[in-house]
Amino acid sequence: MDLIRYQASDWPLWSALDRWSSLRDELNSFFEMPFWSSFARAGQLFSGWSPALDLYESNNDVVAVVELPGMRKEDIDISLHDGTLTISGERKREITGGEKAQRTERYVGTFRRSITLPTRVDANKVSATYQDGILKVTLPKAEEAKPKQIPVN
Amino acid sequence: MNTLTRETRDGDRAQAEREQFVAPPASLAESPDRYTLEIEMPGVKKDGLEISVENNELTIVGRRSLPEVHGTLVHREIRTENFRRTFELDPSIDADKISAKIDQGLVTLTLPKAEHVRPRKIAVA
Repeated sequence: MDLIRYQASDWPLWSALDRWSSLRDELNSFFEMPFWSSFARAGQLFSGWSPALDLYESNNDVVAVVELPGMRKEDIDISLHDGTLTISGERKREITGGEKAQRTERYVGTFRRSITLPTRVDANKVSATYQDGILKVTLPKAEEAKPKQIPVN
Repeated sequence: MNTLTRETRDGDRAQAEREQFVAPPASLAESPDRYTLEIEMPGVKKDGLEISVENNELTIVGRRSLPEVHGTLVHREIRTENFRRTFELDPSIDADKISAKIDQGLVTLTLPKAEHVRPRKIAVA
């Protein structure tokens, strides 16, 4: 992203427009910086942090994908209550004694992320994997929520 | 010796490569003999990680291999771009001795300080 230097105003109009679009790019890239994106995700009432989550739906399953880098499997809790999936846990501070923090952008401490599921799921068949810092929760749909083909006689 | 490893914004070069990157969150800690840099790169495996030092500038690129999910995306928060972050190395760092590991999407770089800048005790004879 090049920062356009402010210059004398003898530019034609079209280049002024061009300058605006580059200003817009600058602003966009500013808000894409880690601080802002994590700020936007931080919950308002809950004092911890909230990881990013994607939700997929297929004929048979609902799948939640959550970004949780640098966790231990044991520190992640997954619960299902009244059609709401909640992923919570705690990321421990790993800086040891004798070190002093120079820059802290990573969140530590408790986190929580809830999402209302689009359909009913079978709570007994929920499974989860955690690999490369990505949690994937597969929630098979309840029988009555699966689409049915009705044959025409 | 209090200067930290400064971040450099090399947007020009990233744009020249015509690839969109997202800057991942990073934390840096300093101890008397080294710096420790932690960068969050969820979805990056060991072979998707490229770390290079050029002109005293440390570049970390993480290429994501996100899990394949069947179905329609109904809610999106995760960005799919690859990760890239650059830092200017503090002159006290011995660039030849930088080591890195990745575990569950967390990259940890150990940047040892050069022998001559480390604190040492001088025994009184």
